Amino acid sequence: MALIKLALAGEGGQGVQSIAEILAEAAYEENKQAIYIPNFGVEQRGGVSIAFLQVSDQRIGAPKFNKADVVIALSKRAVSRTVRYSDSNTIYVYDSSISVDEEEMPKEAKKIIGLPAIDTANEKLHPRVFNMIIMGAVIGFTNIVSFGSAKFALEKKLGAKFERDPKLRELNYQALEIGRQMAEEALKEGVAN
Amino acid sequence: MALPATPKSWYLPTKPHKFCPGCGHGIVLKALGEAIDELEIQDKIVFGCDIGCSLLSWNFFACDSTQTHHGRTTPVMVGIKRARPELIAVGYMGDGGGYSIGSQHLLNAAVRNEKITVILVNNTNYGMTGGQMAPTTLPGQKTETTPYGRDPEITGYPTKGPEFVAALTSDTAYVARGTVSKYKQLKRYIKNALRNQMEGNGFSFVEVLSTCPTNWRTNAQQTWSFLEDEMEKYFPVGEFKNPFGKGEK
Amino acid sequence: MQKVVENTKKAFLTGNEAAAWAALAAGAEIMFGYPITPQNEIMHYWTRLAPKYGRNFLQTEDEISAGFTVCGAVQAGKKAFTATAGPGNTLMQEPFSMAEAMRLPLVAIIQQRGGPSSGTVIYSQQEVTLTTFGGNGEGHRIVYSTSSHQEIYDYIIKAFNTAWKYRFPTFVLGDGYQAKMREPLEMYDPEERGIELVKTFPLVGLEGKIGEEREPQHLCNIYSMEEELYEVVMKFAAEYEAISPEVVEYEEKECEDAEILILAHGVVSRAADDAVKALRAQGIKAGYFRPITLRPFPGKQLREAIAKSGAKKMLIAESAYGQFDRLVKQEIYGETIQINNLFMPGVGIIDTDIISKVKSIID
Repeated sequence: MALIKLALAGEGGQGVQSIAEILAEAAYEENKQAIYIPNFGVEQRGGVSIAFLQVSDQRIGAPKFNKADVVIALSKRAVSRTVRYSDSNTIYVYDSSISVDEEEMPKEAKKIIGLPAIDTANEKLHPRVFNMIIMGAVIGFTNIVSFGSAKFALEKKLGAKFERDPKLRELNYQALEIGRQMAEEALKEGVAN
Repeated sequence: MALPATPKSWYLPTKPHKFCPGCGHGIVLKALGEAIDELEIQDKIVFGCDIGCSLLSWNFFACDSTQTHHGRTTPVMVGIKRARPELIAVGYMGDGGGYSIGSQHLLNAAVRNEKITVILVNNTNYGMTGGQMAPTTLPGQKTETTPYGRDPEITGYPTKGPEFVAALTSDTAYVARGTVSKYKQLKRYIKNALRNQMEGNGFSFVEVLSTCPTNWRTNAQQTWSFLEDEMEKYFPVGEFKNPFGKGEK
Repeated sequence: MQKVVENTKKAFLTGNEAAAWAALAAGAEIMFGYPITPQNEIMHYWTRLAPKYGRNFLQTEDEISAGFTVCGAVQAGKKAFTATAGPGNTLMQEPFSMAEAMRLPLVAIIQQRGGPSSGTVIYSQQEVTLTTFGGNGEGHRIVYSTSSHQEIYDYIIKAFNTAWKYRFPTFVLGDGYQAKMREPLEMYDPEERGIELVKTFPLVGLEGKIGEEREPQHLCNIYSMEEELYEVVMKFAAEYEAISPEVVEYEEKECEDAEILILAHGVVSRAADDAVKALRAQGIKAGYFRPITLRPFPGKQLREAIAKSGAKKMLIAESAYGQFDRLVKQEIYGETIQINNLFMPGVGIIDTDIISKVKSIID
């Protein structure tokens, strides 16, 4: 597998760091090299949170990158913080429930995709599994890890909670699956830039 | 004529000591030396001092000793004691080191109830550097940096160390203020401060009112009068916290 | 002492977590620390793990105190360490200077953040000057600049040995990226690997009855006469020079026929390594030279690399405005190689930054 570079951004509490952490753990479980850096800027508390994740079969060089293969922005502010990571090879994804003007979107992208993750979580599942839809979508866009490894890493992180509430496990798995399907659909249709 | 008896824990190759004539440090260190002898802890003591006049004590005792920067004796002693709780750590410092540049260390060691003993000599000025204002300089007192007398409007009032240390520590701490004019009492306070550490109770602190005729520019009578009439009036002598009971004020 | 890592194992950790494990594996007995980003998690992991292995921790009132308590603890004969960054590193120069003056085996882990002043809490290589030559001294320190979690683990274990063997304060210089990122590494018990842990010894609080079995110890770092200080510093300098050849570490790749040498240290050397590979693939003969010890500096080895390659140009890349560059230049004074810079203070450097800079230089 060639190097995959991913930037995930959202409001504090949207769970972007958890997604990156679980994906990094899953990649490690697959014996891949993985580097995950949480954004730990001054906005660590209450602000835009960015996670940078790189996964590869080879040793990874610099921990940071200038342009991502996939950017996912989950709020208006997250969009303005992440347009800089997009170039003509980037799939730029935002949540379609947020209103962003055309000029705020990245000037360069391979594809810009609006994903109805927040609405889907609220309407079909549960607001708290919104970030699992996003994680499923990341897998759908990149195949960064296998679905099985993602579930394994998820179990490692949330296993105790799942034991107490087995329905939660189902809900998370469903969200993952929905996310992946959304991504695959979007890649087929998408909005070409 | 027989020489006055010196404490066994004094290190004789460095005697006579280097303090100025009339300086109170020698009296404080004699009280400490006798207390160490009577408690039979010479081999367990780690003595620490910083720079300033207290520096001249760095090789004063026949005890393991170390020296550090101005104000940093307290954390060095904390490090030693935390690493080797069986040792008895004694920090020796002046009022500038303890109340000014190292005040955060003194304050926090007191709050954490560090099981060390701090002996702080208050002579109302920075002696070694040439007699500048100290946190303890009395209102109206002339120093090199308050040539017209300390004006509390500009520089505040003198630091009352044992009072603030007592306010911060737990009841297992020992806090007292002695004076070189009352030797037996001073030795008792220092002994209590060492015993308190030996028994693992908590922080032990003794401020000692002392003399500095060199920088005060006083003769013998004026020196003693400044100590007993001015200083002891402003800085009350006594035990502020005493886990052994029998507190006196 | 209880074994911390029974069997060699792969792990996927943050650099700060790897640092705490390494200090435990090295047999560190007490940590003194004060919160500052990005080193906080070293304390967090240490405080969780240490009690399980009978080790101690004290959160001090500030970094000055953290440094001086370490000075006290090592004088008492215990393996002690601290960790800090940025303004905390500035404050710790005072105790670090005492450690230099008294030859105390102090170990400090520095996770560089942006500067000057509060800077950023994120990343930089701007604490090179401070860590190598900070304080009112002569830089008689040993500084390892790591570039991966494996190295954080390896060099923290090594740092304790170096400090106690040579009695020069020893630093492991990381950065915010290395602190916060997660990547795989292998953890091991040093003794299982044949790494003997250097024994500690007290400087105060010695055994034996004073006056009968031994003399009292009187340690000091202040001198009455300028000649006294001179003797001491010259003796330290001579000892430092003497041990330098066995302490120096560096990494060199593709220098034999290089037309341009790329110099980087720490995490930036990963980008330099990638850049050299990419440039070679494009037919550009680039070489890679990385000092692992910034103090003492592998100056002799760098001169040899310049000589054998015959390179006419050099690129020095760092996330600072010339701090590493100054170290390099003073070591290769007199060489005629053209020196070019890629200075990106407080910002990460990636391979493409270096590649395009190299192309602009050789065109």
